[in-house]
Amino acid sequence: MTEEAQPAGGPPNTKVDERVREIGGFRRWLIRPELGGIVGTIAVFLFFIIFAGDSGMFNAQGIMNWSQVSAQFMIIAVGACMLMVAGEFDLSVGSMIGFAGMSIAILGVTLALPIWIAILLTFALCIAIGAINGLIVVKTGLPSFIVTLAFLFILRGFTIFFPQIIERRTIIGGIDTAAEGDWLAPLFGGEIFGFVFQWLSDIGLIDVFERGNRAGEPVIDGLPMLIVWALGLVVVGHFVLTRTRFGNWIFAAGGDAQAARYVGVPVERVKISMFMFTAFCACVFATCQVMEFGSAGADRGLLKEFEAIIAVVIGGALLTGGYGSVVGAALGALIFGVVQQGLFFAGVESSLFRVFLGVILLFAVILNTYIRRIITGER
Amino acid sequence: MSSYDHNPIVEMADITKNFGPVIALNGVSFDVRPGECHCLLGDNGAGKSTFIKTMSGVHKPSSGKILFEGREMNFTSPRDAMEAGIATVYQDLAMIPLMSVTRNFWMGREPIRKLGPLKMIDFDKANTVTMEEMRKMGINLRSPDQAVGTLSGGERQTVAIARAVHFGAKVLILDEPTSALGVRQTANVLSTIDKVRKKGIGIVFITHNVRHALAVGDRFTVLNRGKTLGTAQRGQITPEELQDMMAGGQEMVALEGSLGGTV
Repeated sequence: MTEEAQPAGGPPNTKVDERVREIGGFRRWLIRPELGGIVGTIAVFLFFIIFAGDSGMFNAQGIMNWSQVSAQFMIIAVGACMLMVAGEFDLSVGSMIGFAGMSIAILGVTLALPIWIAILLTFALCIAIGAINGLIVVKTGLPSFIVTLAFLFILRGFTIFFPQIIERRTIIGGIDTAAEGDWLAPLFGGEIFGFVFQWLSDIGLIDVFERGNRAGEPVIDGLPMLIVWALGLVVVGHFVLTRTRFGNWIFAAGGDAQAARYVGVPVERVKISMFMFTAFCACVFATCQVMEFGSAGADRGLLKEFEAIIAVVIGGALLTGGYGSVVGAALGALIFGVVQQGLFFAGVESSLFRVFLGVILLFAVILNTYIRRIITGER
Repeated sequence: MSSYDHNPIVEMADITKNFGPVIALNGVSFDVRPGECHCLLGDNGAGKSTFIKTMSGVHKPSSGKILFEGREMNFTSPRDAMEAGIATVYQDLAMIPLMSVTRNFWMGREPIRKLGPLKMIDFDKANTVTMEEMRKMGINLRSPDQAVGTLSGGERQTVAIARAVHFGAKVLILDEPTSALGVRQTANVLSTIDKVRKKGIGIVFITHNVRHALAVGDRFTVLNRGKTLGTAQRGQITPEELQDMMAGGQEMVALEGSLGGTV
């Protein structure tokens, strides 16, 4: 043994190990989690510029159309991404969306509470359910897949049950009239920066209505709060995950919970708060949606949990946790929105969107597994 | 040995630990002094892991005392033990492979920089310190954002040891740091242990490899079936005697005869 040991206390071995190859710029770039998202985004834009470039997809209204759809995906993808990095899943996101919308409708329309109270109560309720999800997962040690699958059914069941027994129907309308003059509702259903769009139409960059009672007004009145929420959540999520101490704990909790615990990271607290954040994102989605539609339906949000997870995986996150990027997930959501609406603009049967989802999910997972091998040096 | 002039940093007196009907530890006494490497040997199932987990605050002892710098301690979590100055490097749980060396190094104690109301990790400081500490241990990193997964097993142990030393550990518990390593990597870890010892840190080195223990150990304590079989100083005991104590004597002698050498 001793003949191999370095002389104790001697100069440290400072020469570079000749067997470690320098990682080239290309390879360094390849291990960024956002790679798949960036390549995919460029690919879908090129594709639709070629095949649907003259269909109106890229004029002001077209852009607003797929931006809104992408923003919806983005809001839930940010939550799903951070939760997946923390090593857990939430399959109850879709049901949570339906549940939250219905909760606002019942509180605000049926019980006629002011909408701001309905919204705040719903947020509190959803975040509490997220906390229960998280508590059950960390206290029992069960896979979050199973626990949140249970909540997928529980929440959806209640979402159908309550309006049925209270109102004898599964769609509750009238939220738009109830929300009139409310101070909180515009934060979800309103639009901002109207003057920017006015200015853009003045300089001729976007079209104006040519006839009707709004003739002369720009075709877009402002930036919908839905998009503001999406961008805001992406920026905050990205900052928290990559720049803060808590973000480091999220990576650690998902990378190896036991190792994290041993250095004092409060893994349980981190995971529970990520479940709560995911519920918060679902609730933002739901609130924006009911404000836009003016109604809540018991079937809202179906399959959204899977779409969120697929966006996150396209964004480079590993299903096993500990690795991922909010910006990547946002790009995954953008790809979704562009493809879903692009197929419509290109006149392709929209059911093919599902086929696309499946295929791209498969490619993304294969690519991620390969990238993971590069990072960890596994063979 | 200068280390015997000092009082022990940690003294574990007559520790027992039961898990239900199972008696994992049945009266273990052990101490470690500043600047010494105290090897804890024992075969699989001897109670080594339970014992160090008691020392590092993961388990509470069923009875017995833990004295830290002469004061009786009552650790309720690994965090308590860590804050007192007892750091543990676990065999395979030391590092998170997907995270960068810097992120691993500072995990749980990230340096904070304030930008207005925002508190973020001070990556400049974190990276500089990490590179510097690793250089002191004889490892030149390509870059501080290199994932730990790209390091060898020995290098990972070294990052974990460097981390513990940087955060002011007075006692460093190493749980089988050499068990999964090749010859050269083992040598590197053993020489790291030697460097750390020279800083006056007390080391508890858990192993079942007698030769690794003898290469760096000042004292040797053997555990068998939850009990200490005794403590010997360096030079008072031969590898063969240690080996026999670990295995419980008899059968080992017969086995060795048939294998024709030291196991």
